[in-house]
Amino acid sequence: MRRNFPIRESRIALSACLLAASLLGVCAAQELTVPASVTAGEETVISTTGSGTATFYLLGPGVSRKNEVSLGQEIHLQARDLQTAGDYLAILCSGTCRSASFYVNAAKPASVTFLVHPSRVPVGQSDAVSGVAFPFDQFHNLVLTQKAINFQLTAGSSSLLSQSVRTRDGVAWFRTASGKAAGTLQVVASLDDLSAKRAVQQVASDPCNLHIQGQRTANGILVETEPVHDCAGNPVPDGTIVTFTATEAGGKDTVDAPIKKGIAKAQMDAAGAVVVSAASGVVMGNEVRIGAH
Amino acid sequence: MKIALPLILVGVTILLMVVAFVGPGHARGTVGIAAGSALSDLTSKSDTPQQALTNLMVEVQRRHWDRAFAALSKTSGSDEPSFIQDWIGSGGSLRSFSNLEGFDPRPLHITNDEAQMRVRLHFSTPVGPIEDVRDIHLVREGDIWKAVWPKFQSPAVPAEVIPVTYLRWDLVTGTADDQWGSKNVDGPRVRIISMNAVDSAEGAVVMGEVVNEDTIPAFVNVNSTLVDGAGNPIDDESSFDKIDHILLPKQVTPYRIDFPGFSLKDVKNVRMDVKAALVPASADPVIGVMNQKIDADAQGKSILHGDLFNESGQTVNIPHVIASFYDGNGKVVWVSDGYVDRALLPQSSEPFAVEIPRSLAGKVHNFHVVVNQYSLGRS
Repeated sequence: MRRNFPIRESRIALSACLLAASLLGVCAAQELTVPASVTAGEETVISTTGSGTATFYLLGPGVSRKNEVSLGQEIHLQARDLQTAGDYLAILCSGTCRSASFYVNAAKPASVTFLVHPSRVPVGQSDAVSGVAFPFDQFHNLVLTQKAINFQLTAGSSSLLSQSVRTRDGVAWFRTASGKAAGTLQVVASLDDLSAKRAVQQVASDPCNLHIQGQRTANGILVETEPVHDCAGNPVPDGTIVTFTATEAGGKDTVDAPIKKGIAKAQMDAAGAVVVSAASGVVMGNEVRIGAH
Repeated sequence: MKIALPLILVGVTILLMVVAFVGPGHARGTVGIAAGSALSDLTSKSDTPQQALTNLMVEVQRRHWDRAFAALSKTSGSDEPSFIQDWIGSGGSLRSFSNLEGFDPRPLHITNDEAQMRVRLHFSTPVGPIEDVRDIHLVREGDIWKAVWPKFQSPAVPAEVIPVTYLRWDLVTGTADDQWGSKNVDGPRVRIISMNAVDSAEGAVVMGEVVNEDTIPAFVNVNSTLVDGAGNPIDDESSFDKIDHILLPKQVTPYRIDFPGFSLKDVKNVRMDVKAALVPASADPVIGVMNQKIDADAQGKSILHGDLFNESGQTVNIPHVIASFYDGNGKVVWVSDGYVDRALLPQSSEPFAVEIPRSLAGKVHNFHVVVNQYSLGRS
């Protein structure tokens, strides 16, 4: 989004100049007429009245120029002088000065900037995914006129959301719940033939019904989980840590084992009767009792 | 006058050179060579158990292995290579980066022909000073005393192939254009699940536990700020090495933050801040913590000890144990840590021990141990 702060000071200075000239009573008859509406990156003309030559000033967010013009003829403004949207001030001086301002609007949208948060979200969370879209024209001006942006969220082949939102002050947004199944959530913001794609990774939530089993082996005990899922049935990602704790009369053994191929397993060397429990994060599993060797 | 100034400059230069040679600055030892009374060049005759042990330790400190080994009794079961390995370590362990800085011998039991001595060894290591305590048996051979040194038994790892389902997270930097929002990958979501602040003999201590709630690994650091009654920060510190920095998904680590010289009576508020960053990580090696038990050691201190068992096929060069201790209500009352100075070879065990302050030993009802590991050449 472009700002036009520099023009403000220039305008104040020039306005003071104009006022001083008027007070001195040296105002002459030249006039200038600016276009009612201009689109960024398009040529336009400013018509003038009077005769003789004058000095023309153009001040805008991205331009500041001065040149000599003939009064009574049109002043052509080049497309490159009008690429930045915002307030422009045209000043014509010939003994006295006249000024007029006009506004350059953003051109038609040429790109959509799309921010989506978060990039990774547990399944089944309400209001967990949000996105904000900004339409910009080819000169990177924020398009402030209302545009309809279509947000589409799809997970696999199923559509989670399809919503058309009109921009307000150049911004459109959505907020929605995450889906039920782990996987990639494709998020698309489209405006006419423009679109921006983002991906949100939907991941399993906390383990649910963590269940372990154990057996005695020649070297101690081998404990392992059943396939670990969240409450929606999604497999908990490999690498998630399950902490096994074997408590016996003489002490305890603990192993932080990562889930691999859906299950976590650990070898422990307890010789006596033990009670083995499991936990993953703040989620507790069941306990199993294994007799002495 | 023309030659007076050069003469003065030459004179001053010579004077400074003389001062440099004979001045006090020259008395300092050369960097890399230890100095001190324990390293005097002449060792006294080992006519007492204390002197024999001192002589042995001095030779070890100097790394004069031949002379040190000669000071051992012939009845020792040790050979020189294993004796040396006992002191200098192997496998990139912490011991192999350590130096024996000092020792405090004291007798336990002495007769005419035999003695039992206890020596407290002070090592300097890359992770700070480490102490070790050894009980050494000495015998009198003729008119001199010699130490009986048992053979150092390094774990014998058989040649084998250990299949590992390799699990690792890598970071990919996106190659998309630099448009807003096209490269966003959120950092891991971690949470402090408990926090407790206590006064200790050294100062205020803030401790607790952190969990990685995300599905990706996290590099975690906990910072804490003490705030006084006027709302001004008094001091801020980080958990430094008293935390397992790399947390795999759903893993819990204790943390401890020390504020040396500060007392909680001057503190109105404690601000906590946990920072987490996405890092590449590996799920291996898996290290089991076996036979954990709290006992009193020979000096009456409460010690949590046990064995670390390397369940995978990689050597862990420097294992680091961090233990959180809970009271009867499940509140974290202390966090201790300790480095193991022997490398943890594949499918083998090494003992560990961490100390519990005397004042808290009676309150401890439960504990949780995590193992941090440093392996050469791996992230």
